[in-house]
Amino acid sequence: MDTINTILPANVILEYSYLLSAILFVYGLKLQSHPDNARRGNQWAAAGMIIPMITTLLLHKNQTGAGIPLVNGVAVVITTIVGGIVGTIMARKIKMTAMPQMVSFFNATGGAASAVVALIEFNKNPDQAVLVGLLGIIIGSIAFSGSMIAYGKLDDKVGDIFSKSMTYVNLVFMLTIMGITLFVLLGGLSLETRTFLVYSLLTLSLIYGVSFVMPIGGADMPVVISLLNSLSGIAATMAGFIYKNEAMILGGILVGSAGTILTIQMCRAMNRSLLNVIIGSFGGGGMAHTSEAGTVKEISMSDAAILLSYSAKVVIVPGYGLAVAKAQHLCHDLEKLLEEKGAEVKYAIHPVAGRMPGHMNVLLAEADVPYGKLMEMDDINPELPNTDVVVIIGANDVVNPASEDDPSSPIYGMPIIKAREAKNIIVMKRGMGKGYAAIENLLFFNDKTRMLFGDAKGTLQNLVNEVKSL
Amino acid sequence: MENISEFFLTHREAIFIVILSVFLGIEVISHVPSILHTPLMSGANAISGVIIIGGIILVGHASTIFEWILGIVALFMAMLNVAGGFVVTDRMLEMFKKKKK
Repeated sequence: MDTINTILPANVILEYSYLLSAILFVYGLKLQSHPDNARRGNQWAAAGMIIPMITTLLLHKNQTGAGIPLVNGVAVVITTIVGGIVGTIMARKIKMTAMPQMVSFFNATGGAASAVVALIEFNKNPDQAVLVGLLGIIIGSIAFSGSMIAYGKLDDKVGDIFSKSMTYVNLVFMLTIMGITLFVLLGGLSLETRTFLVYSLLTLSLIYGVSFVMPIGGADMPVVISLLNSLSGIAATMAGFIYKNEAMILGGILVGSAGTILTIQMCRAMNRSLLNVIIGSFGGGGMAHTSEAGTVKEISMSDAAILLSYSAKVVIVPGYGLAVAKAQHLCHDLEKLLEEKGAEVKYAIHPVAGRMPGHMNVLLAEADVPYGKLMEMDDINPELPNTDVVVIIGANDVVNPASEDDPSSPIYGMPIIKAREAKNIIVMKRGMGKGYAAIENLLFFNDKTRMLFGDAKGTLQNLVNEVKSL
Repeated sequence: MENISEFFLTHREAIFIVILSVFLGIEVISHVPSILHTPLMSGANAISGVIIIGGIILVGHASTIFEWILGIVALFMAMLNVAGGFVVTDRMLEMFKKKKK
C-alpha cells in the first residue's frame, strides 16, 4: 500500500471509489430504460458493486487507523466467494416461471443483511447513530420476514391466512414498534434496558413482517413485492448512514425510489390505495353481483382453430394462468402459426397481470416473443374494436367488465383491457372458478364469448395442432 | 426541541443527500417502460445488496465471536443478494435483447 500512499492517500481513493460506485448505479439504472441498453446497464451497476467491495477490503481502516488484518481479509474473501457461487448457481438454475419467488428470496437476504449489520453496529457502539441504527434493524427485519413469506406464497408453500382481526393485530404491532422506537430515542435508559428493547424491536419487526404479508393474496402480490423491494433499499440506506457511506446511501435510495414508484404504479393499475391493499382484502365482501348471468357457451377445438385461422387481427391477453401452466412457448407457437396465415397478432399486457410488475413481459420474452408485440393496456384498448378475436389465456379480473359497469363491484374503477369490444372472444380457462377477486366475470357470459375449458398448456397444444392441420 | 433543531443542523449534509437522491431516483426510474419492470425490480434489488460494504467492514474488523458469526452471516446473505440479483437480471435482459427485429 505504501506505493499507492505516496501518490494518493488510501482514504481518498476509498472515499472516491464510493462516489464512483454511486455514479455507476445511477448510470446503470438509467440505461435500463430501454431494452437494447438494459443489459449493459445491469453490467455497469454490477461494476459499481464490485469496485467498492475491492477498495473497502484493501483500504478500509477502523477508528484507530488499523487496516483489515489478513485473517479477517481472508474470511471476507472466502465468504464472498462462497456467497457469490451459491447466489449465481441459484440464479442460473431457476426457471423463468419461478422468477417472482427468486426475486423475493434475494430481497429477503438483502433485508436480513441490513438488519444484521445494523444490529452488530448497535452492539459495538450503542450510543452512535441510534436513529438510523434502529430504523435499519426494524426495516431490514420487516423486509426479510415479509419477503420470505412472499417467497413462500409465490412458491405455493404458504397459503393465504386472512381474518378481519389481522388488520387490528397488524395495527397494534406497528404502533408498538413505533412506540418502543420513540422511547429508546428519547434516551435516558440504561444500556441493559436499551439492549433489551432493541432485541424486542428486532423480534417484533420479524413477526410484523410475517403478519403483514400473510393476509395479502395473489393478485396483490405485485404491490407487496414492489413495497418490500423498496423497504430493503431503505434499510440499506439506513445502514449507509451508520458508516456515512455515500455508495450505500445513494444505492439504497435508488432502490427505495424504484420500489416506491412501482408500488404506486401497481396500486394505480388496480385503482386501489396502498392502505387498501395492506389492510383491506378482496374476496368475502362485495358480492353484489351474483344474479343470473346467463349461460356460458363452449366452442370446439376445430371451430376455434378455424375462427383464428381466418382472422386478420388477433390479440392475446395473458394472465397468471399462463404462467402457472408454463404455456408461454406454446402461446408463441400459436402466435407464429397465425402470423404465417396472415394474421396480425399482438399481446395485451395488463400492468398487474401475474404476480410481479412486468411478469407477463418476462414470461413471453423467455418464449422469444419480440417485445414490439407486447402492448400496454392503454395502447391496445383503442385497437380492440377492430380486432377479430381476443384470446384470453388464464386471465380473469383484468378483463372483467364489472369494473366499468357495476359500481357495487369490489373492482369497480380498475382500468381493464376492454376485451368485450372485440368482435369475438375466446376464453381459455381451467373451469368456471372465479378469479382472485372472487367475483363473477360477465365477460364469460357475453354473446360474443366462447369458452375453451382445460389447462392452458393442453388447450394451447391442441389448438396449435388443429391450426396446423387446417 | 433543541435536540431536534440540532439534529437537523448536524445532519444537514445527509439530509441534502437523501432528498436530492430521491429526486434523482424518481427521475431515472420513471422513464423505465413497463415491459422492463421485472428486470428493473430485480436489478434494483441487486443494488440493495450494497449493504455488502457494511458486511465487509464488519467481518474485516471483527474481534468478538458475536461479530464474527453475525458478520459472516450478513456478508454471506448480502453476497447472495448481489450475485443472485445481478445474474437473474442479466438472464432476463438477455432474453429481451436477442429478440431485436
